[in-house]
Amino acid sequence: MLRRIDWLTVFLYGLLVFFGWINIYSTTLSDTSLSLFDTSTLYGKQLFFICISLVSILIIMFVDTNFFERFSGVFYVLGLILLLGLFPFGKVIGGAKSWYDLGFMNLQPSEFVKVAAALALAKYLSDIQTDIKNKKHQFYAILVILIPLLLVLPQPDPGSALVFFALFFVLFREGLPIYYLGLALLFIALFLFTLMFGTIWVAIGLGMLVSLFFFFKRPDLKIPTLPLIIFIVGCLVVSLSVNFVFENVFEQRHRDRFGLWLNLEKDATKLEQIKKTIGYNTYQAEKAIESGGFFGKGFLEGTRTKGDFVPAQHTDYIFSSVGEEWGFIGTALVIVIFTLFFLRLVQIAERQKREFSRMYGYGVIAILLIHYFINIGMVIGLLPTIGIPLPFFSYGGSGLLFFTAMLFIFLKFDASRLNEGI
Amino acid sequence: MKKLLLSSIIIIIGITFLGRLSYLQLFSFSPNQILEDPAIKTVYDYPERGYIYDRNGELLVGNQPAYDVMVIPRETKTLDTLEFCGLLGLEKEDFILKMKKARRYSPRLPSVLVAQLSKEDYASLQEKMRKYIGFYIQKRSLRDYVTNSAANVLGYISEVNETDLRTNPYYTAGELKGRTGIEKQYEDALRGRKGVKYIQKDRFNRDIGKFKNGKLDTLPELGKEIHITIDKTLQEYGELLMHGKRGGIVAIEPNSGEILAMISGPTYNPDLLVGRERSKNYTKLHYDSIARPTWDRSILAEPSPGSPFKTLNALAALQEGVIQPKTKFRCYNGFYVGKNKKGCHCGGGVRDLNSGIFNSCNAYFAGTFRKIYGKYKTTDEGMDVWEKHMKSFGLGNYLGTDLPTGRPGRIPNKAYYDKAYGDGRWASSFIISNAIGQGEVAATPIQLANMTAAIANRGFFYTPHIIKQIGNNSSLDPIYTQRRYTTIDKEHFEPVIDAMHNVYKYGTAKWLRIPGIEIAGKTGTVENFTRIDGERVQLTDHSIFVAFAPVDNPKIALAVYIEHGYYGGRYAGHIASLLIEKFIKGEITRTDLEKKMLEKTLEHEYAKPLSGEPFKINEYYW
Repeated sequence: MLRRIDWLTVFLYGLLVFFGWINIYSTTLSDTSLSLFDTSTLYGKQLFFICISLVSILIIMFVDTNFFERFSGVFYVLGLILLLGLFPFGKVIGGAKSWYDLGFMNLQPSEFVKVAAALALAKYLSDIQTDIKNKKHQFYAILVILIPLLLVLPQPDPGSALVFFALFFVLFREGLPIYYLGLALLFIALFLFTLMFGTIWVAIGLGMLVSLFFFFKRPDLKIPTLPLIIFIVGCLVVSLSVNFVFENVFEQRHRDRFGLWLNLEKDATKLEQIKKTIGYNTYQAEKAIESGGFFGKGFLEGTRTKGDFVPAQHTDYIFSSVGEEWGFIGTALVIVIFTLFFLRLVQIAERQKREFSRMYGYGVIAILLIHYFINIGMVIGLLPTIGIPLPFFSYGGSGLLFFTAMLFIFLKFDASRLNEGI
Repeated sequence: MKKLLLSSIIIIIGITFLGRLSYLQLFSFSPNQILEDPAIKTVYDYPERGYIYDRNGELLVGNQPAYDVMVIPRETKTLDTLEFCGLLGLEKEDFILKMKKARRYSPRLPSVLVAQLSKEDYASLQEKMRKYIGFYIQKRSLRDYVTNSAANVLGYISEVNETDLRTNPYYTAGELKGRTGIEKQYEDALRGRKGVKYIQKDRFNRDIGKFKNGKLDTLPELGKEIHITIDKTLQEYGELLMHGKRGGIVAIEPNSGEILAMISGPTYNPDLLVGRERSKNYTKLHYDSIARPTWDRSILAEPSPGSPFKTLNALAALQEGVIQPKTKFRCYNGFYVGKNKKGCHCGGGVRDLNSGIFNSCNAYFAGTFRKIYGKYKTTDEGMDVWEKHMKSFGLGNYLGTDLPTGRPGRIPNKAYYDKAYGDGRWASSFIISNAIGQGEVAATPIQLANMTAAIANRGFFYTPHIIKQIGNNSSLDPIYTQRRYTTIDKEHFEPVIDAMHNVYKYGTAKWLRIPGIEIAGKTGTVENFTRIDGERVQLTDHSIFVAFAPVDNPKIALAVYIEHGYYGGRYAGHIASLLIEKFIKGEITRTDLEKKMLEKTLEHEYAKPLSGEPFKINEYYW
């Protein structure tokens, strides 16, 4: 059994957890020197969480492979109940009612639901009777994703809600038409372009694109007129509704985040103000990373880290500490490790013989990847501020525990793939 | 396609991240991290600026404390502007303007808000300072002058400006820097090195310890004290004598090249350029375009040297072997250049080297000069030889002193005349005025003094310098201790020096003899012109005198140049005699000379060309 574990993935996982803890140690170190295992310190706690995660790995390894598949529905329902239970019993941390207080640690059920949703989706899709080309089945599959999303959103935890979207990759892999993705991207693009340039310019641009299309298309290609008109009108309606949504549905802080990200604010003094308030985190994180230069300032030598200039640095902004203390060498290394890690997981997923394992694998990859993408993208200033942790790196017990469990359940499937018939 | 979708997304994300990170960490990275880091506060510890002493160990410049009000714009909170302005003695508009400027320089680094408070202002402000967050008082030391003299020699210091900050990374806003004179030349030694402490701060701007445990902190390095070669007594006395006169005086110790005095008239009290009134006073001095007190005539004025230059022509002629000391020329109360007669004041008759010099006979030197050129086939060749001899006395080029400014003077060469008249379109008659130190030759007073020192040394000089000792190190740069030999052999000097001695015994300076001191000198009376309303107008001659003493064992060589002082034996000669006596004896026996010089001014002479009315020059009575 142990010999069949994919040790390369385990090694990369170990590297990430180890390097993550090193950085947590640096960001949460205070002057009074305490033992590494002292759980009154954050780094001590994280070490404790790492131990719990290791225990969870052992448990997963001894549990029967079919357990997870068989009980995936149960997990899913249990997860939904836990999410619902938050509304009366949840503990508020950082303005979001997302935690259960277990005494020794705070448990964030949305982390558990991520695993459960990935399992449930895989289970549903791998069912012999499910046909992804069937619109009704597509709808059910999407429902599996949307229910937890809608429960997480009002906590409010838009970051975690966003993560569930990643599960769509599983659907794409299993045959959901790619143009769904195209439509989603088109929608996002329309939204952003309208914010940046206004509806009129978007309409003009759209008109030019359509004209170009007609100009270059093969003469014998017949374009059905009705869908084209629907497409254009649809785009315009979306574009027209953007301002309404932006002004009325979004809250001011969201507007500010978008404004900062897209450089919408032209007034210099207001921009300065935004940078100091809503953009403060991003600004400080970027500056901290920048100040690391190529070689970094050295372990425990990050001045901005020591001075606590980057808020939430041990959780969501942990990557800025890597940037400051380890420089470009450190950040590039982390990116390379993550990239190798993900590519390896895709490779493993593709070699699964059972559809369930492959689909679950894709779910794991998609969830981890979107965390990685949004977190680092936000810290280095490419994306607006969305608070989700960096897998294996950020401080946090539930996060680490469930990311680990999620990954090792997949590795367990992989390790036992040769024993099973189809 | 669907199998590759995720892998390609992973790779695209990786590349995008690496691109952004290299933009941040490789391209935007500024190497000046410590100063830009909001987490590090830099605290400076300024050492006291080094004292300046004269050659005898007398203090010239010390220090006094001063207090600057500094501001770190980022840290300021809203405050009662009016009350604060009242305390600082500032207008509100001024205050706002200065705050803006400070913010533009850097929101994080301290800028000076009000410079150099007096002790009284400081005392009253200090108690209330804690109310104003982001402002603090920085103690600095200002110069404290023990002498009223030598303003141009010592130079002044002032706050660094934006250019300094850009070009020299050592300085930060509000620091002081030497601008002219010794202060500029020996800035690095005098200034010392400020100590730096880096303090780690948190985002609430609280100190949380030393940055890197103080590994990068430095202790201040004291400014070194400097001994200069100036003789305080001589300098002060010289400036006293220059009262009401414009011109420059340089005295050099011939056997070392040390500058004993460097006097420029008019001058000013160096104390004017210290403290809060500094910029007002500076403007007043700097824009006085008539008297130009900040223009150091002793090293920057370039008059024609006049008759003292004859001694060099005599030496060149002796070296070339075209005359002997006994060689005679007849003076027809002047001499002829073609059909034009040029005048001479010597009284006429037959002149040899000796009487040619002590009577300053123009005809004798015109003849001598012609002979130098006559030795060579072409004027060009003669010109080259003559130029070589003259330049070997340190004329016609920068001397290489350790003063921050200077002028080259001029020894015209053939290229110069070719340019002025055209190649082949000039001959020795065009340049004959150079024989008597008029015409195109020009020299600064320090060059004249140095030339005199070379004669006193019988053929060599040391590069004039003003530094005697930096800190405990009295060994100088070898360029100041190496002899620079002239092209004239030693034996040719004796007849010329004898003649210069006779200038005092029988010649143009016989009224200026000092009992007990044997002086060799040479007067000069230099015609000069200016332009008034575009017309070339001759002004009263400049009075020039060079001398060294004692003749046999020279202790001092000097050149005195007094603008429009008429005969060399008048103002320049008097001043030279008095300075020599003061330096060698320490007291003045010829009090009649002293009285005359202390009382007489030339202001009436300087007013003439500005009066707008017709005026007479070279008036006999004085």
